[in-house]
Amino acid sequence: MPLLEISSLAVDYRTSRGTVHAVNDVSFFLEKGETLGLVGESGSGKSTLGLSIIRLVPYPGVIGGGRIKIDGRDIVALPEHEMQTFRGTKVAYVFQDPMMSLNPVKKIGAHFVELIRTHEPNVSKKEAFERAKTVLKNLGIQPERINDYQHQFSGGMRQRIMIGLAIALNPDLVIADEPTTALDVIVQAKILDLLESLRKAYQMALILISHDLSIILERCDKIIVMYAGHMVEYAEGTELHDRPAHPYTQKLLQSIPNIELSDQKLTAIPGSPPDMLNPPNGCRFWPRCSYTMEICRVKEPLLISIGRNHLVKCFLYGEKGVQSE
Amino acid sequence: MSEKKIRRSILARCIPRLTSLAKKGPSGWMIMIGIVIVLTFIVITMIGPWISPHNPSALFIGPPVASPSSQFPMGTNFLGQDMLSRVLCGGSVMLQVAGLSVLICFIIGVPIGLFSSYSGGFVDSACSLVMDALYAFPGLVIAIAIAAMLGPGVINMSLSIAVVYIPTYFRIVRSQVLSIKELAYTEAARAAGAKWHTILFRYIFPNVIPSIVVVTTINFADAILTAAGLTFIGLGVSIDVPDWGLDLTMGRKLIANGAWWVITFPGIMIILLALGFTFIGEGLSELLNPKLQH
Repeated sequence: MPLLEISSLAVDYRTSRGTVHAVNDVSFFLEKGETLGLVGESGSGKSTLGLSIIRLVPYPGVIGGGRIKIDGRDIVALPEHEMQTFRGTKVAYVFQDPMMSLNPVKKIGAHFVELIRTHEPNVSKKEAFERAKTVLKNLGIQPERINDYQHQFSGGMRQRIMIGLAIALNPDLVIADEPTTALDVIVQAKILDLLESLRKAYQMALILISHDLSIILERCDKIIVMYAGHMVEYAEGTELHDRPAHPYTQKLLQSIPNIELSDQKLTAIPGSPPDMLNPPNGCRFWPRCSYTMEICRVKEPLLISIGRNHLVKCFLYGEKGVQSE
Repeated sequence: MSEKKIRRSILARCIPRLTSLAKKGPSGWMIMIGIVIVLTFIVITMIGPWISPHNPSALFIGPPVASPSSQFPMGTNFLGQDMLSRVLCGGSVMLQVAGLSVLICFIIGVPIGLFSSYSGGFVDSACSLVMDALYAFPGLVIAIAIAAMLGPGVINMSLSIAVVYIPTYFRIVRSQVLSIKELAYTEAARAAGAKWHTILFRYIFPNVIPSIVVVTTINFADAILTAAGLTFIGLGVSIDVPDWGLDLTMGRKLIANGAWWVITFPGIMIILLALGFTFIGEGLSELLNPKLQH
């Protein structure tokens, strides 16, 4: 039984101007210890997908359909108080902005103590404190700094503390939502290495959400490329890098700067992501695609299999295929 | 336990600020001057009955409407009462009313603001509607109306003043909670499985406190003035209790006869006390609001 199994998930934002289908028909599964990369532009639905796994899609978002199974248990219909015990113990979330993710009036240690004692009420304050110190030590932060406030730490350290809070209860799955976007490149690599080593040490699964395809390619076992709420391509490991199938993925790969071909001009994808209130008919990518055919404008392609564990949602690979449902 | 923790963290932020107030520039000085004025008034009022030369309520200690002299440094009123004694003792009712009304405002306004904006939806709309309706009335008029209905007395005066200022607390707290509950750290707490009361009392409330402190101190000044207004029109306490507002009423007609001392000294006291609280409030709001600091 996989750790996380998502089938035909739909998340909608019901706004006053109409319904936005932010996540549409997404299915995948994740085993213990695996790393999944979610890549896409802003507004492609990757964060919404991540938040739906802990059922914290912001208002007016609702899970419109599908199943999210964690350890075989469907969490979509779970009552809120049971969901609260899930968050933190089974699934932990690391947010994008480490500068604002810690309570400014609480000491670092208090965050850990509160988290541990919320989920394990029997643990004494002193014990929780000691555990927090061990976690900090593993993160490369001096345990004496446990009594400092968040503003006394740098951005990279705060993100390490956030990661520490995420792993403090030894969850099976950590979702890192653009954990390094707010940090500089060197700290970025350190944070990602830290996540990687913790994932190995604690045997947890990791969902890495990023708009940076190079980061995802470097570190993930499975990769999902999202575009306008759709899962447009799914591949394992280096397959996506070696044989990108969807025109969008190909364009994304071309827009990564290459140090060896430094005289080559960077290509950008023309146009901008669609207005999610009125997405284009047919394939959502056709207005920006250079291979647009007649059928793309009228019909939505199905997710079809084009190789071992390689799915793509594009008519270039024929009309028939395995439907994702 | 949670309260203790909140208190400790606030103290940790406030104590270094208080000790180094003078280094904080003009706003620090304002707070210092305000605190000195207010503390002086509180001390004077507390020891007033012992240091005043005469019984402030005793009639015809001297000749009626005597101008300031060595025997009566602030003169006497038309009942022959010693004005210096009345000035020294007259703050007690005003300070009690101000303190009590601010306390009532705080106890009622802050929790309503917290819960209503945190829960949102219908509850929030209903609370906001009631508070906005109260806010729409001119403050002194509604205080007079309620005080007239309840009758005189310290508690009744405090209640009528509290009703006027509860909406201020509600609005400040509500707007703060609305922004804080969307911030990343409350979201992160929710993602870590924190329950609603943890988020409200440990994440949102401690971060609202700085703005509440500012409103409270400014509210003190307003309450002093409103209390003076209520006693001035005779809705205050009974006539045998010395009170600056009452002295203003009694001296009002005498000023035409040239007896300026009967209203001047109590008036200055009221103004100085309100000024002290305003200094603290304005100074704090400048100090705690980083945007105003430059």
